[in-house]
Amino acid sequence: MTTALAMPRINPGRILIWTLLFLGGVIMVTPLIFMFSTSLKTAGQVYDLRMIPAAPTLDNYVRVLSDGRFLRWFFNSTFIALTVTLSNVFFDSLVGYTLAKFRFRGRYFVFLAILSTLMIPTEMLVIPWYLMSAEFGWLNSYWGIMFPGMMTAFGTFLMKQFFETVPDDFLEAARIDGLNEFTIWWRVAMPLVTPALSALAIFTFLGNWTAFFWPLIVTTSQDLYTLPIGLSSFAVEQAIQWEMIMTGAALATLPTLAVFLLLQRYIVRGVMLAGLKG
Amino acid sequence: MATIALRNLVKSYGKTDVIHGIDLDIADGEFVVFVGPSGCGKSTTLRMIAGLEEVSGGEILIGGEVVNELDPKRRNIAMVFQNYAIYPHMTVRQNIAFGLYTSPLSRDQKDARVTEAAAMLGLEPLLDRRPAALSGGQRQRVAIGRAMVRNPAAFLFDEPLSNLDAQLRAQMRIEIKRLHQRLGTTIAYVTHDQIEAMTMADRIVVMRDGHILQSGTPSEIYDSPVNVFTAQFIGSPSMNLVPGAEVAGRIAVQPGGPLLVGFRPHDLVVGAPEGAFTVSGAVTAVEPLGPETLVHFESGGRPVIATAPGRMVPAVGSTVTASVAAGALYLFDAATENALGRR
Repeated sequence: MTTALAMPRINPGRILIWTLLFLGGVIMVTPLIFMFSTSLKTAGQVYDLRMIPAAPTLDNYVRVLSDGRFLRWFFNSTFIALTVTLSNVFFDSLVGYTLAKFRFRGRYFVFLAILSTLMIPTEMLVIPWYLMSAEFGWLNSYWGIMFPGMMTAFGTFLMKQFFETVPDDFLEAARIDGLNEFTIWWRVAMPLVTPALSALAIFTFLGNWTAFFWPLIVTTSQDLYTLPIGLSSFAVEQAIQWEMIMTGAALATLPTLAVFLLLQRYIVRGVMLAGLKG
Repeated sequence: MATIALRNLVKSYGKTDVIHGIDLDIADGEFVVFVGPSGCGKSTTLRMIAGLEEVSGGEILIGGEVVNELDPKRRNIAMVFQNYAIYPHMTVRQNIAFGLYTSPLSRDQKDARVTEAAAMLGLEPLLDRRPAALSGGQRQRVAIGRAMVRNPAAFLFDEPLSNLDAQLRAQMRIEIKRLHQRLGTTIAYVTHDQIEAMTMADRIVVMRDGHILQSGTPSEIYDSPVNVFTAQFIGSPSMNLVPGAEVAGRIAVQPGGPLLVGFRPHDLVVGAPEGAFTVSGAVTAVEPLGPETLVHFESGGRPVIATAPGRMVPAVGSTVTASVAAGALYLFDAATENALGRR
């Protein structure tokens, strides 16, 4: 009896795809590695472009972490990203549910009005936001940073689309069982759209964690800086502290890396479900 | 328990009426099945009784009280849906207990109700499973359990067995019937399956195009249909209809005749001695069922199904003659399609 060894079939198309994906991966990962590498270098070694530092040191981490400002910025970023995320998960899904499951006059108009705001670029909104913040005394405050993102048209649209897929029978059964509309939304509808909620939460958190433009405009006090703004302050004229920036950036990246590693499954599913770019 | 009454009930969507002023009285403890083709308004009627659809006109009374303006939860009814509507994120126990979510009962009392319902429905070993780990029949039982725990005045079933396979459907028919006999609660049940209607109902309500065509016991509907639609809708296979006329005191096939002559396939027997009505034709298909065979042929330009008794299986293409015994013919006016009586 002879045993034929199965030769794996070589598919040129597949090789090409793997090669392109590999190159894409390298391009994506290189800056990340470079960031961590630079964070382990002294100021004098920063322009030595070797990936592995000649004399790696954790001094930068000690300096950044012992600088009270960094911890403050870390707290600000965490507080703002979490608050905005919770707000989006709550309000976007509440409005999305209402638009998806209730029939009322003007429903389509309201939906289109919300949707149309997606077409306005942030840069155009910044001036009205700023004037509004100045008028209401929100400049230089947490609320000033957070208010434009507390509810988003995108999140509302995403959640509406998902609530459309929840069978009405589920809601009607609960209605007959005597639940009020808010409890039906909370106890019955929300658990049925968990994948969409996860996607919305992840994207909102990451978006707010890395937000730069609006927080930069609305804050002047260092105490209210978020991490990206705080890190940019390391780059003052003629004295760019690259090793400090990279150390701070490395620390700032850790939560997002953790989110990615822990919730990778949801992110991939969320991207597929929402048709988003990651 | 409660009576349900519909008084000149109307449902309109915009300018289109879908329920045209129907009247019906469902007695306390009665099992009434609404049957009819898709779009006849049976589910809409049920949903209006449940309070899930607004009433456009007329009145709905539950237990003698007009409930038109009451929310579903205030009507003290329970509903079982076609797709079960049991929540995938809850266990069987939580699903059943969900029926008591707003109940003022104590936790112990609620637990006791859930256990009692689960025992009655044979769900005790499955209480900690999630719906994904249940079969279709088990899911349907959970949905019934959730309805049962509330001790409602009436149960409403909206095509509850449509998603089950034939064998399970037959089993669940018996279970629901037994449950009704045990609980004695008023049931309004919607189906498009006439077998479900015939086997389960105390009374069948046949609907078409938003009208009630006929209401009666299964045998009344089967034996005395008021028109061609009801005659053909109830009974499987459907009643045969051929054009005919009365010639010299006998009913005979006559294309374009003033009558429609109806006879049920089981009353038209191949090789039977000549009775009240005889037809013949070339066999186009046969369906051996074991104890008998359904024989398809054409007569008067219309397809006809007859029954060949025992193991007799006529060859396709052969000519057969089949007869109906006296009293088994249904005569209808060809123009109005209304029943004219039996012959």
